[in-house]
Formats: sequence, C-alpha cells, structure tokens
Amino acid sequence: MSQTIKLNKGFNINLAGKAENKISETEQPETFALKPAEFNHLTMAKMLVNEGDSVKAGTPIFFEKTMEDVLFCSPVSGEIAEIKRGEKRKVMEIRILADKEIEFEKSTSHSSSDITNLDRAQLQSIMIKGGVWPNIIQRPYGCVANPEDTPKAIFISAFDSHPLAPDYGFAFEGCEQQFQAGINILKKFTSGKIHLNTDLNAEIPQLFAKTENVQHNKISGSHPAGNVGVQIHHIDPINKGDIIWTVSAQGVIEIGRLLLDGIYDTSRLVAITGSQVENPSYVKTYAGACLNKLVAGNVKEGDNRFVSGNVLTGEGVGEDGYMGFYHQQITIIPEGKYEELFGWITPSTKKLSFHKAFGLLSYIGGGKKEFVLDTNQHGEHRNFVMTGAFEQVLPMDVLPNYLFKAILAEDYDDMEALGIYELVEEDVALCEFIDVSKHNLQEILREGIQLIKHG
Amino acid sequence: MKFLQNKFDSIKHHFEKGGKWEKFHPIYEGHRTIFFAPDLVTGKKGAQIKDGNDLKRMMFTVIIAMIPCLIFGMWNVGHQHYIATGVEASLLDKFIIGALRTVPIIIVSYGAGLLTEFTFCVIRQHPVEEGFLVSGLLIPLVMPPTIPLWQVGMATIFAVIIGKEVFGGTGMNILNVALLARAFLYFAYPSQISGDVWTYLGDATPVDGFSGATILAYGAEAAANNTEMSQLVAGHWAAGMFDFWNMFIGIIPGSIGETSTLMCLIGAFILIATGVGSWKIIVSVFIGAFAMGSLFNLTGGNSFLQMPAHYHLVIGGLAFGAVFMATDPVSAAHTELGKWIYGFLIGVLTVLIRVVNPAYPEGIMLAILFMNVFAPLIDFYVVEANKKRRLKRATV
Repeated sequence: MSQTIKLNKGFNINLAGKAENKISETEQPETFALKPAEFNHLTMAKMLVNEGDSVKAGTPIFFEKTMEDVLFCSPVSGEIAEIKRGEKRKVMEIRILADKEIEFEKSTSHSSSDITNLDRAQLQSIMIKGGVWPNIIQRPYGCVANPEDTPKAIFISAFDSHPLAPDYGFAFEGCEQQFQAGINILKKFTSGKIHLNTDLNAEIPQLFAKTENVQHNKISGSHPAGNVGVQIHHIDPINKGDIIWTVSAQGVIEIGRLLLDGIYDTSRLVAITGSQVENPSYVKTYAGACLNKLVAGNVKEGDNRFVSGNVLTGEGVGEDGYMGFYHQQITIIPEGKYEELFGWITPSTKKLSFHKAFGLLSYIGGGKKEFVLDTNQHGEHRNFVMTGAFEQVLPMDVLPNYLFKAILAEDYDDMEALGIYELVEEDVALCEFIDVSKHNLQEILREGIQLIKHG
Repeated sequence: MKFLQNKFDSIKHHFEKGGKWEKFHPIYEGHRTIFFAPDLVTGKKGAQIKDGNDLKRMMFTVIIAMIPCLIFGMWNVGHQHYIATGVEASLLDKFIIGALRTVPIIIVSYGAGLLTEFTFCVIRQHPVEEGFLVSGLLIPLVMPPTIPLWQVGMATIFAVIIGKEVFGGTGMNILNVALLARAFLYFAYPSQISGDVWTYLGDATPVDGFSGATILAYGAEAAANNTEMSQLVAGHWAAGMFDFWNMFIGIIPGSIGETSTLMCLIGAFILIATGVGSWKIIVSVFIGAFAMGSLFNLTGGNSFLQMPAHYHLVIGGLAFGAVFMATDPVSAAHTELGKWIYGFLIGVLTVLIRVVNPAYPEGIMLAILFMNVFAPLIDFYVVEANKKRRLKRATV
C-alpha cells in the first residue's frame, strides 16, 4: 500500500554550481580521516590502533564506550598517520595515509540467496564487525542505532532536496543489486515495513523503481520534502517510545556490498558543487576523503569556504579538511566577510530571501533563477521577534518557535510534548536559514536532543 | 564608503575590551551597523548561508508602510487647522503647518526613546535593537496634534522602560510599546489627550460654531443623553465632515496619523505584500469590529448602538490599530490560529468599549492592550491542542 504525500510548505534554494552528470578524473587524496565527533552522542571513542599501525579498508579503528560491539572501521588501507586529540584527550580526528591501491579486509561473500537464509543475529554480527553499522541512524535522537533495538519501521529517502544535492539516479547508477541486497538484509531487522520514498515530480531512478521488499511512497513538494524526518512524520510518525531507523541510499548500498562481496567498500561518487567550482561534476572516492585533491584545479580564485555536505547542514572544513562520513557532496562558495554600505536596506535581486521585506526582490525572475550566495550572515543576532515564518518551511505539525524556547528554557516536558523526538538538525536547517534573528537553530536543537537523551 | 569605514576603524579601539569607552561598545556597534551591514559570517557547522532579511530590514519595512499615514496626517493637521479657523490655504501651507506641529513630536519621541534605549544597552551590555525604530514613529502618529512635547517625551521614556526594557528588550515585551505610551498619557494627563484636543488651532481663533468633537464623542453624547446621534452629526459645524467616505479618506480631526482608513489600507497592503504584518490579524480585527457592530445594530437600544456597523471600520483609530499595532509580532498571538482569535477579539472589544463605555471613546487602544495581555493565554491553548494531537496519535 504505497502512499502519496503532497507537501505545500518548504522553500527551494536554487544555487549556481550544480554538478553535471559526469565523472571527472582526479587523483585520489593522500589522506583520509574518521571524525568521531560527527557520530552524534559518541562521547568517548576508544582507540583500537596506534599511530604508525598499518590498516586495511575495514580494519576496526575505534569503538564507543556505550556501544562496545559497534566498530568504526577504516575506509581505506594505509598507515595511521595521526590521532588528533582535543580537550581531555578526546579523539577528534584519525588520519590515515592511504595506499595507492586499496586493500580490503576480506570476509565471506554471500550470494543473494545466501543472504535470505541468514538470520538477524548472523547479519548483525557481520555488519557490526564489518564497519557498515554506523550507516544505520536511529530516530529519535539521530544517533547511530543500537543493535539491540528492533525498529517499528525503516525509512530510506531516495532523493535529496538540499541545495545542489547529488542526483541519486546518477550517483548510484549500476548499484541495483547491492541496493536490493541491502534492503533484504535490513528487512530482517524490523517487524514493520521498509519505506522507500521517491520524488513524485521527478523520474524515478532505475535503481529504486524496481526495488522489492519495500513500500514505495511518493513525496512532492519543495525542500525539505527529501528529508527523511519529514517523510516519517507524514507516513508513520514517531511517538514517545517508538524507534525508527533511517539509512541513506549510500548506506544501504554499503551494507549490500559487505554481504555480497565480503568487503567494507565505502567508494562513492561525490558531487563537487557550488558557485566557486569551475566545472561542477562528480568524483569517485571513499568516505572521509581529504578535500584538496578532489577539488584541485577546479576552484575559482578568491576567499572560499569549503563545505563538506550541502550549504544548509554541512560543515566548513577548509580546503585541507576531510569529508564527513555521511557526506556525498562538497560545496564551495565565497566567504562573505565584508561590510556593505547600507546593506540592510538597499534593494537587491541577488540576495536570496524567503521573505519579501522591503528591497528583497529575489523572487523576481521566478523559481528557476540561480543564486550565488556567500557566507555573510546579513545581520546580527537578535531575540526572536518574527512569528509564523518557521512554520512555513517546516512541513510538520510542529510549532518550532515554542520548541526552541522550550529547549532554551530546558523544559524537558515541553520539549517532549512539542515533538523533539521527531526532529533532527537537518529538519530545522531551513528555519535557521530564514531566521531574521539569526539564531543557530540546528545547534539549539542538538542541545535539546542531548538534554533529552542524557538528562 | 572607505572613508567612513576608516573613521569607524580609527575610533574602534576605544570601544573594545580594555579601551577607555569599553562600556559604550553597544552604541558604537549600533551606529556602525546603521551605515554598514556587519561583516559577520556563518558558523562552521550548520547553515553556511543565510537569508538576506534581518530585523533592521523588517522593521524598516514597517516604517515605509507608515509613511502614507504620516504624510497624509501632516497635511490633515494643517487642513483641520485652516478649516477650523476659516482661512483659505494652499496644499503646501497646510502641509507646512502640519509638519511644524508633527516633526517636533517625532524628534522628541525618537530622541527620548533612543536615549533610554542606549542607556539600557550600556547598562545591560546588550546590542542596540531595532524595535524602537517602529515604536518611535508609532508614538507620534497616535498623539493628538496639540500634545505638549514634554508629555511625549515622558510617555516615551515610561513606555520604553516599563513596557520593554524591564522585560529584557525587543522581543521580550508583553505590551505594545507605542500603545503603552498613549495609555500612560490617557490615564496620567487625560485632559491633554481627550476632549477638544484633536484640532490644532494655535493662536488663531476658530470660526463661529466650531467644536472639536469627533464622531466618537457625538456617539458617546447621544448614548448618554439618549438623543439622536444623526442629529448631532448633522448639526456639526462643518457640513459633511462625518460622511462615510470623508471619514474613510480621513479628512477629520483625530490623532496625527490615524484618521485616514485609506492610508492605513495602503500601509496594510505594504505589510501584507512584504509578509511583515500578519494579514490574519488585520482581517480578523475588521471582521470582529463589523460583527460586533452588526450585533449592536440588531439589538438596538440607543442611537450609537444603531450606527451602521461599517461606520465602525472607518472611525477612530480602528484601522490604524489593526494594521500597525495589533500586528506587532512580539505582543500579538504567536500561533497562526491564535492570530485569528486575537484579531477578532480586538475588533469585538474595540466596538464594545466604544459603544457601551462612554468614559473611553477610543476603544482600540484599550482593546489591543487588553488582548496583548491575553495573547499568551490564547497561544497556550493552541499549543496545548498541538501537544494533545501528538499524544492522541501515540495512543491510537
């Protein structure tokens, strides 16, 4: 029984620099990195290797104190070059100097029919040892799933509506078999359904059109229609005590590869996007790649911000920084550190705005117009003043203003009652973008989730 | 531009930590950001780009929406002056005399308000916030043209301190700041803000039979003495002044900026088109006032109760209040359903106060202040309903 969900709320940010559907040849980065901090709620990473050790792709690098079974593995083979530690010796970054030819830790490979014969316990043990488990994210909280839970459903969003997001049809071309295998594996973990949600208004990529063992749902609307949290809210909402798992399409494919080929293969196409990219296109690499080689020779002059991920939810990591574990996109935009004479009132058609206050004329020219935006904040931080705007970009029955205020007031009962279990950062990223008072709403939400989870 | 930047840069060190005017940093920053949108960039994590809108632009949009009311108001002060004194005058003459009355009030309002605001910024070390940009112009527009300047200053200071700063500044206030200023004068100095204060005469002598009464005053008089309101209106010294369309355009005595429903509607159009003011509130205030007026028409009683309901929409400050005061996002209801209820009740209360309580002929001011106080309660129930839907979903 498939569902069709039509969303009226939201806002598409149309930026210049969309990746063309072609793969550019680049040198592979010399180093790759794992960043424990990007796995939410990882409080204490325990190292399993030391600097100077040789590793293969799939060799366990660290585990988390509270979930000892789940291993975080190296995406490439090579040598542990550096373990960067921060305050209280907390592990910040593990850098791996990569071999020219990647060697994999080999485990048993299975045929498609073998997979169907394995039970949950067997699959689980293969997955948590094989490095693919962190691809499974748990709602509420948006953290790595606990292997002991049984979710009421699993959700996979088959499209990304973020600005300049990769085209899944192109990025995952030819991965049908692995994707289906991944689905068949995940199916063993839930008594409920696996929901595969595609974009109603676009052609459904081959990869997803014929997937079996899932409920196909169609979603239409502006961003955040592609956010799995929004889809969950409309299809099978999370109530107190419920657990739902979400996996990215890339994650499903990696799970499929591990079982089919017996290797932890994080290879992926990464979209190099943004107005400061000469030729926006895709490059092939592994998780945690250093940006510099991937973008070398392809960046326009100027003071640029190098973002791992998209411009709404990503992280500015710098040209020599590393891609996030979950990221499949690099965005390069100009920095905006300049003062603008009467910039708060001069009319402009180039400053993108969801609002139409005096002089904000970005809506002229229709929805197809592409914008070049920099990192300027366009104003200072203020108390919450405007009301009724966040609701227009969050297609959920949630009152964002009240939720944020409940978080700031550390009111646990209200946070819960107002729906904090249904949200993760990416769901409020558009609110953060349009906020006239310039709050860091994603950070506020994350603090709220931390409070609710850890007390 | 470079010159100005250099000037600011050259004095910057005095205002930074350790500088001799360190405490005045918010004021330095406040002035610099008026000339230059700041060079702040987004954080490393989260949204890397931000919308072009900010609070300054939003507030300035409201000021732009008030300009038609202001210009018309200046002319109308002059126009009322000349017809009351029986002198023929050109458009420019009328405008000039109106401006001479109005501009000092605006200067005092901004001067007193900003001084208070800056003082608090320095004491509290919070940035200069834009809220007063709007309040500073709203206050003069709701004052009678004859108001003594010292009263404007005092009311403004009172409103900014008690109405806003004690709660924590812009965004934290419960009551609309401009209305609080007016309410302060209304209860502290009633003789300067009610009665024959709506026409500026200056030293000139009025024409024979002149009276400064407004239509609301006639209504109250008719209700009190149980006489025919229409007769009182017909006996007004300037024939046709209180015709519906004349009042709609706003060529009547009243507060400086709030006589013209037409100009308020132009302002409403700007606020709604730019999304800065809530159309739900504006529309529901008018619906509420019309509904209450119609109800009184049905019940009857005295001649003020029987005044056609649509007259209520163009007299007094209803339109101005609906468009510029009720829509203040901070003191209004914050939920979308709440805005409908809030606006509707303002309309209902305005007419109720006007017609039934002759002590307060101008109902909109008290209606909005009253609903400001109740807005959190309305929101409370809307928010509870949201929570209940979520709980109910869990148990089904």
